[in-house]
Amino acid sequence: MKLTLKLTAAASALALIAGAAQAETLRLLTWGGYAPDAVIDAFEAETGIEVEVTLSNNEDMISKLRATGGAGFDLAQPSQDRILGPQMEFGIYKPLDQSKLDKALWVGDLYDASIKSTTVDGQAYGVAHIWGSSGFAMDRSRGEGIKTWVDLCKPEYAGRISMRLKRTALLGMSFGLGDDPFAAYDDPVKYEELMKKAAAKLAECKPNVKAYWSGSDDLLAMMRSGEVIAAEAWDATGFKLYGEDTKFNFVAPETGALGWIDTFALPAKGEADDAAYAWINFVMRPEIAAQIIEASGAFSASKGSDELVSPVMKAAYQEAFTPDVIANIKWFPPVPAGLEDIEGRLLDEVAAK
Amino acid sequence: MTASRLTLWLLFAPFLAWVLLLVVIPHIDLLILSLREKVAPRVYETGFRNYADFITSSVYPWTLFRTVAFSLVTTAVTFVIGFPVAFYIAKVARGRRRAALFLLCLLPFWVSEIVRVFGWMMILRETGLLSGFLQWAHVTSGPVEFLYNDAAIMIGLVYTSMLFMIVPLISTIDGLDDALIEAGYDLGGNGVTVMTRIVIPYAMPGIMAGSIVVFMLSLGNYLTPTLLGGKNGQWFTAQIYNQFITRFNWELGSAFGFILLITSTLVVWLLLRLSGQSLSNTLGR
Amino acid sequence: MPDFDLDCRNLVKRFGTFTAVDDVSFSIPRGAFFSILGPSGCGKTTLLRMLAGFAAPDQGDILIKGASVLRVPPNKRPVNLVFQHLALFPMMSVTENIAYGLKRRGQRRAEITRAVGEVLERVGLPDAGPKRIDQLSGGQKQRIAIARAMVLDPAVLLLDEPLGALDLKLREHMKIELKQLQAEFGTTFVYITHDQSEALVMSDTVAVMNAGRFEQVGTPEELYYRPATAFVAGFVGDANRLQGRVKAVGDGRTAVTTESGLELIAGPPSGPVRTGTAVELFLRPEAIACGGAPDGAGNRLKARVEDVLFNGAQSRILARLPSGDSIEALLPQTGAAASLKRGAPVTLGVAPEALVLFPK
Repeated sequence: MKLTLKLTAAASALALIAGAAQAETLRLLTWGGYAPDAVIDAFEAETGIEVEVTLSNNEDMISKLRATGGAGFDLAQPSQDRILGPQMEFGIYKPLDQSKLDKALWVGDLYDASIKSTTVDGQAYGVAHIWGSSGFAMDRSRGEGIKTWVDLCKPEYAGRISMRLKRTALLGMSFGLGDDPFAAYDDPVKYEELMKKAAAKLAECKPNVKAYWSGSDDLLAMMRSGEVIAAEAWDATGFKLYGEDTKFNFVAPETGALGWIDTFALPAKGEADDAAYAWINFVMRPEIAAQIIEASGAFSASKGSDELVSPVMKAAYQEAFTPDVIANIKWFPPVPAGLEDIEGRLLDEVAAK
Repeated sequence: MTASRLTLWLLFAPFLAWVLLLVVIPHIDLLILSLREKVAPRVYETGFRNYADFITSSVYPWTLFRTVAFSLVTTAVTFVIGFPVAFYIAKVARGRRRAALFLLCLLPFWVSEIVRVFGWMMILRETGLLSGFLQWAHVTSGPVEFLYNDAAIMIGLVYTSMLFMIVPLISTIDGLDDALIEAGYDLGGNGVTVMTRIVIPYAMPGIMAGSIVVFMLSLGNYLTPTLLGGKNGQWFTAQIYNQFITRFNWELGSAFGFILLITSTLVVWLLLRLSGQSLSNTLGR
Repeated sequence: MPDFDLDCRNLVKRFGTFTAVDDVSFSIPRGAFFSILGPSGCGKTTLLRMLAGFAAPDQGDILIKGASVLRVPPNKRPVNLVFQHLALFPMMSVTENIAYGLKRRGQRRAEITRAVGEVLERVGLPDAGPKRIDQLSGGQKQRIAIARAMVLDPAVLLLDEPLGALDLKLREHMKIELKQLQAEFGTTFVYITHDQSEALVMSDTVAVMNAGRFEQVGTPEELYYRPATAFVAGFVGDANRLQGRVKAVGDGRTAVTTESGLELIAGPPSGPVRTGTAVELFLRPEAIACGGAPDGAGNRLKARVEDVLFNGAQSRILARLPSGDSIEALLPQTGAAASLKRGAPVTLGVAPEALVLFPK
């Protein structure tokens, strides 16, 4: 009786292990819109690999991976500027094997730039996937006066602007004040000084803020209802609103939109590297990348994918990103460890004022 | 004898494991973390710097104070609104009406907190229902913003907490013999004195039980203050969240967590002390 | 004008189509112990609640010390109520319970302390002041409840079956104590009960209430020996009950034939009867002489002892008559009792006056 029980238990345990080995899974930690269902289905059909998606954002990704020392996920998608610092501090990623990437699928410049900015001790940890920028989501019929970050603080927009009280707002305001915080990344003292100046401006600007937004649904509701004229936002938000009413769009500040690139990075204790590489090479195919562009509203580093997007998306992009604007994008450089502590303290003070 | 002992242990084992794994160990972990000072990347020392950072900060103690004060006011408002409702349900309403009223109190809990909060956002926002109604009724000439301020936080918290005040109140007031109320009148009391000298003292264990739960729920709430609160409406739990999630500063976050734990314990102790109740005859009933 | 503390005139209270209190009038002289005795549901509690002010009569008037109190709310009426379950405030000490009413009157602290001490002294619990209610025994609670009401010096104290919750022994004891307390305070007590022994032992006057009406008001002796109605005869004290018809009406005597064919000579009828009227006969167990023959015109009934119900001084025999009727009789406390074993023959002697007769 007991023996049979044991045998049954052993058999079922074996069956479980066998089952797990058969259906390979890829645990993906990514942003909303970066892994649409259609793309997942196509990938599964082609490779037999199941994809489990966990939606997240930069800070949350780092926190999740930090909590487990880099376990629990097989592929993550942090922004390129947020790899260096956390990697030095917490060691949550493993180096990329570039030989497994089909480099021809990438826009060459973006590939090289992302590899370069995520290299720690000669090892690259991230490769570009989606790029976009931060600037203003704006009701263009009412926001002609807003050209640069400091214009958000003009009295005529009192109670009619919004922003996310995160580092982008702080950095944007610093550019708006005529400084170049990116140049001061390596000089903590200078950087703190610039940030204090920007924080003071943000605090001064507070009466203009209706509410600090925390999720894009929140922001979309405020923009659609007309309660907010302009907000610090991602270009994707502007494009989405453009799709609903062309009076909205993304508008880049004169000091330059702040450009970011979301990458692929392998968590230190990921268990399905091959599946991860397969996924990366799969979604970089132009026709797949175009689907992701539609879903996320942001652009892909996949070569030729921009030719395949919908006319509305194309129109929104072309209106927002003229060649001058593209040339003027300020790409976020890698954030050295420690800077975020300075920013955090200042942002808390702004919030409490 | 030993067999029954063993049975008892086996019965309690899941509970003990639960307490140990989910309450005791994480708190010890949190305490250790909070005593870790970050010197450089991956270099730490032991000390009280995180606590010192809290005390010397111009922002955090004020936020904590605000959060505690708001939670206390929320508790008081919940009591003032909930007590008559509980009294009505327990002593006046009968049969189906009683069940219906009770269900009505329960109704908001059929949807998740985030849906409830979004509901309030739809009502209170500048282009929302309340503002629209006031304009329609010509009370105001232009749209009015009710959202993003402290009153909105209060409305959201009171709404969320109401049931937790009403349920313990109903159960204690239910046990109040009507003869005690009549005796209160018979011996010369009026409505006010019967309420303050008899009903409220009698219901005190329920009042404190409800108040403790509501206070703790408000103090620990994250979603409602974050979404309904204004640009100045900082909540302490949001600060903890910030430290953990957006700053990766688990050390300071842990210290904040401990400070919140100590503060809430202190406030609850003080409330019990002032009301002459003990934890065992309020929550332990 | 007589000195009445409480005077009720034609009180009526209806609940829907049900009349709970039906045209009740009575007056109670100062310092009397007045009981209202009746089965549950007879309307006595409703009557009491009207006196206390928790219910308003549909008709009639209530006068206390000569003044109508219909428009006076309960907290202003010069009457106080001792509740069925006493309703002592559990969250207050004994002192606080007693002081509650005095505080509501806005008396000075020193005065309150003195009054509380005094009343505790009078109920025989001078040291109970700081105790909590749950530290008191049943009898002590009883006294504190009375003290709490009496400290307010009411014109009338209403008591709603306050002994109901006590065990038998304590209840017997409290009956006497309550009577003594009443005598000591000299206050008018209106006592509600369904327990006839409580009413009979303590009261100066008892009103027997049935179906919303007073059947009879009188001293305990009157009720017991001269019941005015069949209900009172049946409700107050124990009685054997027989049904029959009047055979002949004579000088202070009535001849009756019971349904079982028994021929009996009864006392004068309480009500108009003539030959052929259906009547009900009541016979108290202690009015039956077992074995002994009553003199002269008495009834002598041959019977057989069916059972002996031993209960000390209250022991009885259950006797079966040849007619089939069964009669309970008090067991005599003499040597004659020894012969009254189960199955033994017995002669029951019944004086005509002991047979109380009511037309049906």
